[in-house]
Amino acid sequence: MSITLEQVRHIAKLAKLEFSEPEYERFTRQLNAILGYVAQLDRLDTSAIEATSHLEPAAQALRDDRLQGSVSQEEALRNAPEEEQGLFKVPRVIG
Amino acid sequence: MSGLTGRTIAEILDLQATGQASAVEVCRAHFDRTRVVDPQVRAYRSLRETEALEEAAQIDRDRRAGRKLGPLAGVPVAIKDVLCLRGAPTTCGSRLLESFVPGFDATCVERLRSAGAILTGKTNMDEFAMGSSTENSAFETTRNPWSLDRVPGGSSGGSAAAVAAAEVPVSLGTDTGGSIRQPAALCGVPGMKPTYGRVSRYGLVAFASSLDQVGPFGASVEDVARVLQVIAGHDPRDATSSSLPVPDFLAGLRRGATGLRIGFPKEYFPRGLDSEVEGSVRSALRRAEGLGAKLREISLPHTEYAIPTYYIVATAEASSNLARYDGVRYGRRAAGAMDLASLYLKSRGEGFGAEVKRRIMLGTYVLSAGYYDAYYLKAQKVRTLIRADFEAAFRDVDVVVTPTSPTPAFRIGEKADDPLSMYLSDIFTVTMNLAGLPGISIPCGLTKDRLPIGLQIVGRRFDEETILRLAFTLEADLKFSDSRPPLPILSAGPS
Repeated sequence: MSITLEQVRHIAKLAKLEFSEPEYERFTRQLNAILGYVAQLDRLDTSAIEATSHLEPAAQALRDDRLQGSVSQEEALRNAPEEEQGLFKVPRVIG
Repeated sequence: MSGLTGRTIAEILDLQATGQASAVEVCRAHFDRTRVVDPQVRAYRSLRETEALEEAAQIDRDRRAGRKLGPLAGVPVAIKDVLCLRGAPTTCGSRLLESFVPGFDATCVERLRSAGAILTGKTNMDEFAMGSSTENSAFETTRNPWSLDRVPGGSSGGSAAAVAAAEVPVSLGTDTGGSIRQPAALCGVPGMKPTYGRVSRYGLVAFASSLDQVGPFGASVEDVARVLQVIAGHDPRDATSSSLPVPDFLAGLRRGATGLRIGFPKEYFPRGLDSEVEGSVRSALRRAEGLGAKLREISLPHTEYAIPTYYIVATAEASSNLARYDGVRYGRRAAGAMDLASLYLKSRGEGFGAEVKRRIMLGTYVLSAGYYDAYYLKAQKVRTLIRADFEAAFRDVDVVVTPTSPTPAFRIGEKADDPLSMYLSDIFTVTMNLAGLPGISIPCGLTKDRLPIGLQIVGRRFDEETILRLAFTLEADLKFSDSRPPLPILSAGPS
């Protein structure tokens, strides 16, 4: 399976990344080299094999529903690139 | 005060307990050494000297007041810049997080503080822990203390180099595909990736959540065990952290190698393996046999599929984890974006480096509609086969021994433009992340060019005790720590 320049543009859109023309071409080349390498997995018949998504069965990590401390608004906003009246400020969403 | 660096934890604790040195003096000696050495090695991203000296002074006051002190009281520890440390820049080696200052400690960092450790600063790394050389750091490349024109390995290259150069006695790294063990091997120090679930990942900036694990570097196996003892254990803030009890790692160290069954997988000694690496590891295996261990050649037949499996699983998880960097709540925000969509594109475009973008692209592709089954699901199934290889092997042997890295430290720039060849640096380490197993690298010799060679010991899940025990026994036998990096400034041992 190889990946085309058009697909790379589409993937970039999905990933919220943007590249210059030469970069799109370079990524296409490099991704094809990597995908060519990972294609060796196709040699294995895995039709009867379970997938491993976690190493342990999902942990029972629920705690009692009791109020506990959290991050203050001031703390949460400390790394904000832009804030106003205690809110994260962003450019307009709808033009 | 040069005699206060290059010491083990036990020595540092003893110097303080007997009044030969204060915590402040120990701390200052390491910053003094860092000032001299680090301009060459470039292990640190940032230092917290003022805070560290204040914390050391508090340890000294506590000691004078007769208060109970923790197991690492007054011991300097450096932290990889991917672990949150309250009030200190945590950049992950990325422009995107250049100005990010977390308001909380990672659990492992918090536990080090509670144990009395003095946190010296943050160490350099490949951006978002993606790389095997620190060349992917957005800021600088760390140098290998054994040869300054060579890489220290990565991604935890700064933490490994800082210990190798005696800038700090111990440090923390993280390991997703070999990022503790490979730099440990290249820098000639012990470094351990504990079992997945042994150490909390809370406060570790995520790369691939099913693979990431925090672990220590030290100048000795005993020091690695001492730090592991402090950071291990269940944490309700990490749903994948194990509630299994943490054994006393120090107690088991001196039990020797008699009767230990060591498997050496033929797939890890392939034709074409660097002859000095192979020779050194095989010679160490013979020493282990001489110490009473039983050797047996084993097979882990799916080994060759580990790297392709890893690069699908790890990039898929990374593309998801790194979706959070949008320039809204923290991290870099590009100037001049007219709407939200272009804010995302520009901020991510400016913030991420080439390798991170490459992996986000690959991960997004293998998860995208129409390709998920062919790539991601397929890789998860092969992951099951790789785990099963180890489960079968551990029915017959107690530990598995392999080379840590297929080559000693390579030259800076040698693999920088060839992602695939860089990925193959981790060929002997990624399997343990896929299988969730603990692994330690210890130095086992030097090449004729005086570059360290690492040997990896892998154990059953949650059996760090046995690999530490063999590592400790071999370390005492191989006496590698008699060798020192050749820089003139580094050659002076403890007085």
